[in-house]
Amino acid sequence: MRPFEYERPGDGPGAVATMARPGAMFLAGGTNLVDLMKLGVTSPELLVDITGLPYHGIETGEGVRIGALVSNTELARDETIRRRYPVVSEAILAGASGQLRNRATVAGNLLQRTRCRYFQDVTKACNKRSPGTGCDARDGEHHDLAILGASPQCVATNPSDLAVALSIVDASVHYLGPHGPAAISVHDLYRRPGDRPDLDTNLPPGSLITGVVLPECPIAAGSRYRKVRDRASFAFAAGSVAAALDVRDGIVHDVRLAWGAVAHLPWRAWAAERALRHGPATPEHYARAAEEELAFAKPLRDNAYKIPLLRNLTVELLRELTP
Amino acid sequence: MTLLETTVHIGRAEPRLEARDKVTGHARYAVDHPIPGACHAWPVPAGFARGRITAVETEAALALDGVLAVIWHANAPRLEPGDDPNLLVLQSPEVSYYGQIIALVVATTPERAREGAEAVTVRADVSPPDSALRADHPGLYEPEIVNAGYRGRLDRGDFEAGYAASAVRVDATYRTPTEHHVAMEPHATTAFWERGRLDVFDATQASSTVRETLAALFGLAPQLVRVHNEHVGGGFGSKGMARPNTVLAALAARCVGRPVKLALPRSMVFALGGYRTPTIQRVRLGADSTGRLLAIGHDSISQTSRLTEFAEQCAVVSRVHYAPPNLTTSHRVVALDVPPPTWMRAPGECPGSFALESAIDELAVAGGWDPVRLRIGNDTDRDAEGRPFSSRHLVECLREGASRFGWADRDPRPAAVRDGRWLLGTGVAAASFPAITWPSTATARATADEHFEVAVNAADIGTGARTVLRQIAADALGCDEMCVEIRVGDSAIGYATVAGGSMGTSSWGWAVTKACRMLRERIDREHGGEVPPEGVAVTADTTADIAAREEYARHAFGAQFCAVRVDPETGEVRLDRMLGVFAGGRIVNPTTARSQLIGGMTMGVSMALLEQTVLDARSGAFVTADLAAYHVAVNADIPRIDVTFVPETDPHLNPMGSKGLGELGIVGAAAAVANAVHHATGVRCRSLPITPALLLPAVPG
Repeated sequence: MRPFEYERPGDGPGAVATMARPGAMFLAGGTNLVDLMKLGVTSPELLVDITGLPYHGIETGEGVRIGALVSNTELARDETIRRRYPVVSEAILAGASGQLRNRATVAGNLLQRTRCRYFQDVTKACNKRSPGTGCDARDGEHHDLAILGASPQCVATNPSDLAVALSIVDASVHYLGPHGPAAISVHDLYRRPGDRPDLDTNLPPGSLITGVVLPECPIAAGSRYRKVRDRASFAFAAGSVAAALDVRDGIVHDVRLAWGAVAHLPWRAWAAERALRHGPATPEHYARAAEEELAFAKPLRDNAYKIPLLRNLTVELLRELTP
Repeated sequence: MTLLETTVHIGRAEPRLEARDKVTGHARYAVDHPIPGACHAWPVPAGFARGRITAVETEAALALDGVLAVIWHANAPRLEPGDDPNLLVLQSPEVSYYGQIIALVVATTPERAREGAEAVTVRADVSPPDSALRADHPGLYEPEIVNAGYRGRLDRGDFEAGYAASAVRVDATYRTPTEHHVAMEPHATTAFWERGRLDVFDATQASSTVRETLAALFGLAPQLVRVHNEHVGGGFGSKGMARPNTVLAALAARCVGRPVKLALPRSMVFALGGYRTPTIQRVRLGADSTGRLLAIGHDSISQTSRLTEFAEQCAVVSRVHYAPPNLTTSHRVVALDVPPPTWMRAPGECPGSFALESAIDELAVAGGWDPVRLRIGNDTDRDAEGRPFSSRHLVECLREGASRFGWADRDPRPAAVRDGRWLLGTGVAAASFPAITWPSTATARATADEHFEVAVNAADIGTGARTVLRQIAADALGCDEMCVEIRVGDSAIGYATVAGGSMGTSSWGWAVTKACRMLRERIDREHGGEVPPEGVAVTADTTADIAAREEYARHAFGAQFCAVRVDPETGEVRLDRMLGVFAGGRIVNPTTARSQLIGGMTMGVSMALLEQTVLDARSGAFVTADLAAYHVAVNADIPRIDVTFVPETDPHLNPMGSKGLGELGIVGAAAAVANAVHHATGVRCRSLPITPALLLPAVPG
């Protein structure tokens, strides 16, 4: 580990101002950043500890406002979240371990880096870590990497379960940017890797996430999250699905569907949703819709299994949600 | 050899003596000992698998405050040539595997040593590596002797004729991946020199061996080297001999003239701590129309490194489980640009039983036979070399297991039982492991106040060795356990064998028994039954006793039963329950024995469903070299697991009548899981691990 400076600013604007210094990075729970520092993947010169800032608490109104520093555990067990947005709680509890969820924050969860093996190994080529060096994953160990929306430069996946859940409730992320407070839809927060895989998000550099707002979303009251992984606990997804379904008289009135572990971003399955709406609430129709979305998939040598996996998971979960 | 007749303590369930020290953090492991003036080392690993170092630039590292030395092949003290080239660290510019150590930075703190290591620049002429094992590799050859001293090839009868004459045949190829031990304590060493003597605290299963190895490498008389291993945080074979970290620490301590601590970070353990070779095994079985095996062919392929030959003895299990009149077993190995593979819990028997016991299940399906009855019908009282078994209760294990597990209720048709979205299946496999006893020494001392000190250089790697040895000593002395103090984990005690090969309790226990009996006799004969004020001490050596035993095939046996559920839509496999029934001679301590077997079974389930180290053949590097990517089973993966013993008396083993249990539990476990997956789904998984990526594409959609 290399030496670094450490600051603990007293307010948000102060934190954003401190971030203007070279090599500065925000530190909250540290459950991902500190690992990456140990691996040499990232070498901040200054850590700006934001855990003292007043972005705690979960406020309930028409929607719900979640402080950026709320722990994953606290969010998962919040009564309002469990009642109105169960997918959020389920997604969190499907990830990491109790100790990590106690420590990790909501904003940190959303900004965690990919677990691509080559990103985490500084001796390997990775355009995300070191732009222009190439991508060792594309022809290497990639059974858990992207099948959708990838680019020749990068096939990394976003590892967050929470982000997938937030995607189906159309959450927005509030932040303090260099020009003051602003908000961005979770759909715009994340991006495809394109030719800038080094950028995980569209947040302006130096921005500080202050909270996440879940809008009023009645359909989410019956939402679910299902994650498939090799072992029964404490593993990243091979594939996951967040879904909410409103069926009236055997017809899909409304549906929300997003996939995890398939792309550089939580993959909102817009095409599948369009195909599902106003169609029959039957497994056959669900499968056709999922396949419509998966028609965009470009699997690598060893991850084509994700195509049937996501299709089947989607059908299973929608069936469970069908009254 | 006389069996211990009066056993008050042997057979009693007792918790581990050091349990409290461990859970309260008082137990000291290899780098936990407070050594005044100790400094810290951090290795610089090779970032290529094959090449020759042309330069190591050390200036930037040496310029850092606190960096004491950068040691590499140009400035390292010379080691004496030994028989393990992997231990000749920092002696040569040649690099034979990715992650081999090129340089070592020693500094006043671990952080500074690590920073120094990152500041070292290595220049090398690098060649593309040849690191992928394949069945058609032109470099494959047939070693005469494979691991543990077995003959590589053993044939009897006429396999081809027997196979051709069979009514029912199976011909299948099974693959197991590279697997790592990932013991909780990484490979770690503290070393210091004082007046020409070398003292080492090492994470090792074999401090007597490490002492000999270090003495040879540094050109010292063995009595000038002392290796301590009071507590070891797991080994599973990876600490069965001296490892590079041991030699590096000793070398560094000599260079800087101060004690040196070296704990490998987890990422380096994967290349430096050894691993289980991947295997490709072809099994051919032939049976007559009644299910009597006429022919077994088991041909195994594995890899070794260019530095040392290690040939995993996978086909040996086919010389033990059944006795067809016609048998062929062979091993081929290829030397690749990979780190040296080594022993990993039941080397040979573990991957070998996955192949053989899966094939037996395939034979049962092909012939329409019940897999338990098929195994019972092929029981034998002799091994393939014609030696009688000293005891063998495989049939009893299968029967007892079938009864307890509820096997009779099983519908043999695959994919016939559903529970919601899950398909349910059950599987069975046989297990065996050699009951080895190796010469060891032990010392027993009586004090005038009727206390006894018993010392044997056992390694307690988490098994409960010191606990069971105290039980054995108390029975051999005929006294209460509270009067016995047991000391282990110090090479100065005297030679004792490795905590490996499931031979610990048998080997150390025999030496302890002999020493205690000799002590009793001497007190009676020379001191009229009264311990004199100066005490009485004796040392025993079991070399002659073991050599005098009759020729038998000595093995422990068992039967593994498991129930799994499979989601055919996702390929997820989850264990429902598992039962192991074992015949392991006299059980010295049911608590620690059960833990050993449950641990082995758990590791077997983990092997079946989770474990694989991925090697990137382009670089020769292990790319899943951490515990986030190398998945071992967690509690949630093992909901219900149970162990039962079949009583067994065997007078041909050792005075305790015990067989080793450390490895038996993993043998057959992966086959039982794979067989259950087949029963649940109709899909035969011939490669491990059975993950959604493997299974889902194979499940009929």
